Amino acid sequence: MGVKCISSPEDLEKLRQEIRAEREPSKPTISVCVSTGCVALGAWRVMDALKAELEKQGIMDNVEIRETGCLGFCEQGPRVTIYPEEICYFKVKPEDVPEIVSKTILEKQAVERLLYTDPTSGKKAQKLEDIPFYKHQLRLLLENNARIDPKNIEDYIAVGGYSALAKILFEMTPEQVIEEVKRANLRGRGGGGFPAGFKWETTRNAPGEPKYVIVNCDEGDPGAFMDRSLMEGNPHSVLEGLMIGAYAIGASEGFVYVREEYPIAVENVFTAIRQAEDYGLLGENIMGSGFSFKIKVHKGAGAFVSGESSALMTAIEGKVGEPRPKYVHTAVKGIRDKPSCLNNVKTWANVPLIILRGAEWFRSIGTKGSSGTMIFSIVGKVNNTGLLEVPMGITLRDLIYNIGGGIRAGKRFKAVQTGGPSGGLIPEECLDLPVDFDELTKVGSMMGSGGMVVMDEDTCMVDTARYFVDFLLEESCGKCIPCREGLRVLSKILNDICEGKGKDEDMQTTEDIAETMRDASLCALGQTAANPVLTSLKYFREEWEQHIREKRCQAKVCKALTNYYIDPEKCQACLLCLRECPVGAIQGSKDQVHWIDQETCEKCGTCYELCNFDAVKKLSGEPIPPPPPKGMKPLRKRKGGN
Amino acid sequence: MKKVVTLKIDDKEVKTEEGMTILEAAKQAGVEIPTLCYHEGLEPYGACRICSVEIEKRGRSRIVAACCYPAEEDIKVTTRSPRIDKLRKTIIELATVMAGEDVAGQLRALASEYDADLSRFRSRVPMEPIKCILCGLCVRRCIEANWDSAIGFAGRGVDRRVVLFPEKAGICSTCNYCYVVCPTGRISSAFGPDPPFPHVDDILAGRK
Repeated sequence: MGVKCISSPEDLEKLRQEIRAEREPSKPTISVCVSTGCVALGAWRVMDALKAELEKQGIMDNVEIRETGCLGFCEQGPRVTIYPEEICYFKVKPEDVPEIVSKTILEKQAVERLLYTDPTSGKKAQKLEDIPFYKHQLRLLLENNARIDPKNIEDYIAVGGYSALAKILFEMTPEQVIEEVKRANLRGRGGGGFPAGFKWETTRNAPGEPKYVIVNCDEGDPGAFMDRSLMEGNPHSVLEGLMIGAYAIGASEGFVYVREEYPIAVENVFTAIRQAEDYGLLGENIMGSGFSFKIKVHKGAGAFVSGESSALMTAIEGKVGEPRPKYVHTAVKGIRDKPSCLNNVKTWANVPLIILRGAEWFRSIGTKGSSGTMIFSIVGKVNNTGLLEVPMGITLRDLIYNIGGGIRAGKRFKAVQTGGPSGGLIPEECLDLPVDFDELTKVGSMMGSGGMVVMDEDTCMVDTARYFVDFLLEESCGKCIPCREGLRVLSKILNDICEGKGKDEDMQTTEDIAETMRDASLCALGQTAANPVLTSLKYFREEWEQHIREKRCQAKVCKALTNYYIDPEKCQACLLCLRECPVGAIQGSKDQVHWIDQETCEKCGTCYELCNFDAVKKLSGEPIPPPPPKGMKPLRKRKGGN
Repeated sequence: MKKVVTLKIDDKEVKTEEGMTILEAAKQAGVEIPTLCYHEGLEPYGACRICSVEIEKRGRSRIVAACCYPAEEDIKVTTRSPRIDKLRKTIIELATVMAGEDVAGQLRALASEYDADLSRFRSRVPMEPIKCILCGLCVRRCIEANWDSAIGFAGRGVDRRVVLFPEKAGICSTCNYCYVVCPTGRISSAFGPDPPFPHVDDILAGRK
């Protein structure tokens, strides 16, 4: 299809009708996810096999193949969906392709074994909404990820794309746009939760020209990929939101700050910008409205701290991405001291929806203080991990048990961390907490960008605090004293406690440092860095005391406080652990129960994982029984017995 | 003519021009707020946080750095309180981890004033003291004096150091500004950066 230059809203509508007319709704369409997760699991091999098979069957022209974005259930990838029947296949391998083509495409029947099986009920699910992971979601932003090819602007236009831009350019004044966003109570999805409409207004009214608008796609939380998924799967929705914001604010230049580590997102956003320019939807005199806007892409070099707004702007200026004091907001003095409005990917992507469906509709979703939906990335010890989009106000319990499918292997829930590495650790008694900006702050955590790590009873909460402090220690820029030195000392103290070298006064010292960091650090990284430590101390204080006073780690995670021991009653002298022990610490023989020489043992856990008889135990805070008497023979189980 | 703003600093009513910081307003009013990374000739940097003060604005109180926060109409500033004193004491103790107990200059003076236990955190962290708190005054002063800088920052987080860029060593005009502004006695000579700052390549390569 040739490139069309759209020079009026009527042109856009005409093009949309043409695209829709050309597409037969009954034509079989195979949508394959080619986002990072599925690609890593082999989506391109599936794609190649599909093309080869269709070619072989000679039906290439009768079937449409679409390369689409992420649906969030990445652990089940590669994902293939067949329309119009909407049959979803998971964990598809190239070998499965001939059957998919012959059975589903030609005979319109589902391949049972590739459908998702609900692990609790054992039922097969054909459609997305039949799968428990999706059933409880409300997918406003992620909805189109499966339907459109992010590298084809016409797909986005076909589903109604850029009509919000046309609407504001020709029917609304900039003030009306700001008013609408304010009424919708759209709050910043990057974590701060600052009302976007007010930020826009501040930038609009701030003195100085030019004004800038910025997309923050410097997602750095470990295990979180909400922004990546949107940027890869539906970049035009973000660009359209950005353009609407630019019009409302009076900006003629915008930046997309995206991590270099997201190659597919980088590629797709470049493609999207180029296509929007080719179609006359970006650049000079957009759709003949007189409004001009250009977008530059700035690739970040992977510093976590660069996601902080002032550090990000410093990086765009070409300097080292370090935060600067922002008592005068970046909305007033940002890039090159000019008014600059920065919002998260998800915030911008919400804007076209608000413009098209109205502020009232948006406010009807979520809670009083936090409207709309939020995308979470749920990882850790839950059965279903991945991206999910839910209305604000859903409880943590619903998130973890209904959508996440509960805790893995029937273990007990212990804590959930929301908001990325500097979010708090929330205990079981707070599980009925509605998830919105204000409620999470009340319990010492935060919404953050939407990361969520679920932990079970096998997680040590002191070790968890140590892990996140060490992560932030690596990522602190080192500019201000409380953050740099505070993290350095906290890391040392926490590592000491985990190694059994903790002292009684350490809990007090930790609190002193944590409070100083919270009150006096220069930027949000330092101010929130102590959250995991403070909440760990607040909700799991007894674990700290066990580590310090009894030298005991109840989860048996801290190596220095844990020993491995072979139960002579259970050992079958199978030699497996003895042979596999990398340091030769296990003694015994074929007819003699094994025991571990504690002096030599490196505590790698190999024997624990290998033992088929559940004979290897972890001990913490209790004496290690002496080795079995020399020559002790294993108590063999009777055949057929227990 | 700039707009006049009226604020309260330690119960004193202070009138100052719009665009001034709390620190500047306090100075005018004769209220002293300690600083380490501040220099009146340089842009506020906000790194040492020792100038932290408590402000009350529309009934809500928070802690801000006086060197950066603008003097605003009707805010109430508290420059000394048990909370602030404890904060400053902890910051000094934290700064000593890197600077070492035998630190000199302003930091030493502040340590006695706030009764800081210089070995409190230092004793926990095995680290060779380098007498530097990375306030950046020398670097920023050098840029201003020479329109370029013989020294600068390298490394991130706890690895951050002030280093010498050897190819720019010729810039050093032995103006001694860096010596004058150093608040910890790190730069001891009156003739150029001596003892020499570590070589940038050594720091980046992890050599001492």
